[in-house]
Amino acid sequence: MVTSIKPVGDRALVVEFDNEISEKVNMEVMGMEQKIRECAGVVECVPTYRSLLVYFDPQRLSYSQEKDLILSIRMEGHLDEAGKKKILQVPCAYGGSYGEDLAELSRELGLSEQEIIRLHSERIYRIYMMGFLPGFVYLGGLNEKIWAPRLQTPRIAIPKGGVGIGGKQTGVYPVESPGGWRLIGRTPIDFYDAQRKEPILCRAGEYIQFIPITGREFEKIEKDVGAGTWKKEYIME
Amino acid sequence: MEKRIHHGIKVISAGPLLTIQDAGRYGYMAYGIGESGVMDRRAYQIANRLVGNDHGEAVLEATLMGPGLEFLEDTVIAITGADMEPTLDDSKVGLYEAIPVKKGQVLHMGFAKNGCRSYIAVAGGIDVPQVFGSRSTNLKCHMGGLHGGPVKNGDLLPTKKLSFFKKIKISRGGSKVTPTMYTNRVCVRVIPGPQDDCFSDRGLQSFYSGEYKVSPQSDRMGIRLEGNEVESKQGTDIISDGIVFGSIQITSSGKPIILMADHQTTGGYAKIGTVVTEDLPLLAQVRPGDQVQFEKIEIASWERQQDVEKTAVYAGVRKRA
Repeated sequence: MVTSIKPVGDRALVVEFDNEISEKVNMEVMGMEQKIRECAGVVECVPTYRSLLVYFDPQRLSYSQEKDLILSIRMEGHLDEAGKKKILQVPCAYGGSYGEDLAELSRELGLSEQEIIRLHSERIYRIYMMGFLPGFVYLGGLNEKIWAPRLQTPRIAIPKGGVGIGGKQTGVYPVESPGGWRLIGRTPIDFYDAQRKEPILCRAGEYIQFIPITGREFEKIEKDVGAGTWKKEYIME
Repeated sequence: MEKRIHHGIKVISAGPLLTIQDAGRYGYMAYGIGESGVMDRRAYQIANRLVGNDHGEAVLEATLMGPGLEFLEDTVIAITGADMEPTLDDSKVGLYEAIPVKKGQVLHMGFAKNGCRSYIAVAGGIDVPQVFGSRSTNLKCHMGGLHGGPVKNGDLLPTKKLSFFKKIKISRGGSKVTPTMYTNRVCVRVIPGPQDDCFSDRGLQSFYSGEYKVSPQSDRMGIRLEGNEVESKQGTDIISDGIVFGSIQITSSGKPIILMADHQTTGGYAKIGTVVTEDLPLLAQVRPGDQVQFEKIEIASWERQQDVEKTAVYAGVRKRA
């Protein structure tokens, strides 16, 4: 439910929903985004967990006009909930040189590496939002048995494709970047590639599932990605 | 078919931070790709206009100290923003005016006498490839510009080749604009929200009455401020949400950070308010040690004020803020 609409300076506003991280609230945000994107005066939208940032053109519409427009959408009240989940299959090589922190994490959590891999790859994660880095996905739904604190001293460089756990979250580093997440694996596919026709692999509102692969499979997929012959695979559920 | 690259400028010395920037990168913030672009949009627009460029062409943004540039062809340039005492072949040239340049001439700029950022526009514009619809350099994401980073000594900068008509148009140039003078004390107007309710009355009071000092750790991502601590009711962590150019975050230590051109698209600190677009150029020109103050203005009164100014312009009344 929309709880408030507030100004964000003189050329943007934020539509706020219930203050919680849940699929239901996030689906409302995405539903609202789909409708607002094409509205008069709207320049750009940034959907997040529980709010939607809307840039508008103050030359065309004032804040109060834009606010009324959004309130009228809400009154219509039919936010289409995605009928089917679009789940991107993300191959991931776990442990060893691919996930340097897995062994340590296994000791800390008192779970075998195999158990951590199973718990991490059995769930389907919703992409709640994107931000921080190009193509960075904020995923929700990590099994609480494998929640783990961030590194006390962040790494200077986490490799591109690094799959990590940070607190209650899991995610993939789209480009090499400093970061404090615990590395458990690595995917050979590129979440961000400026040269590709669609530089950003996925979008908020879609889902992700990690598929455990071997080092040999990793190399094969990495080669295909490099040659441009790798194709993304979805499961609809 | 490969486009022939046309190099118009050779960089002799780049100075501490010289980047290629344009009006910014839009349409991809939902994917984590920020807007970037010039810090001082006012100075940028004037520079482009003076050399006859369309809005949106790429220019050079120099920080605190300007570059040394050799021009490899006859052209016209304009320098706006901070006064870095530019000279062309050792003779002084003016700011905020179109300057005809001959092939082989060398522009040299020094330390900023006032302000922080200078803009150097060249007729035709800097012509690096567009990434996500923009030539702007995003330093954090190594995106845009010449090679995803700052301009370096010895770089050759591609420029757009000028058509015959364009050459005639700029040869008539001669326009001039009154330079902006920068002071070391600025007051910017702030529209409260969206999370101003996270702060206690005392916190809000100290924010709007306090005088803040610009920290040396300020950069294109954000201006960090030292001064009155802004007291929150229960901490300033929120569920991450969207950020704009001008958002004022309050960190857990109670210090304000004003997010600037290279801001990240989302963040998890409460935002007490947003600086109005018109006042962002003032912040683009502050230097470490300068004083910043905030004046609260509600969105309704801000829009009323804008309407009055617009009406005044239509009525042919010359009105200056």
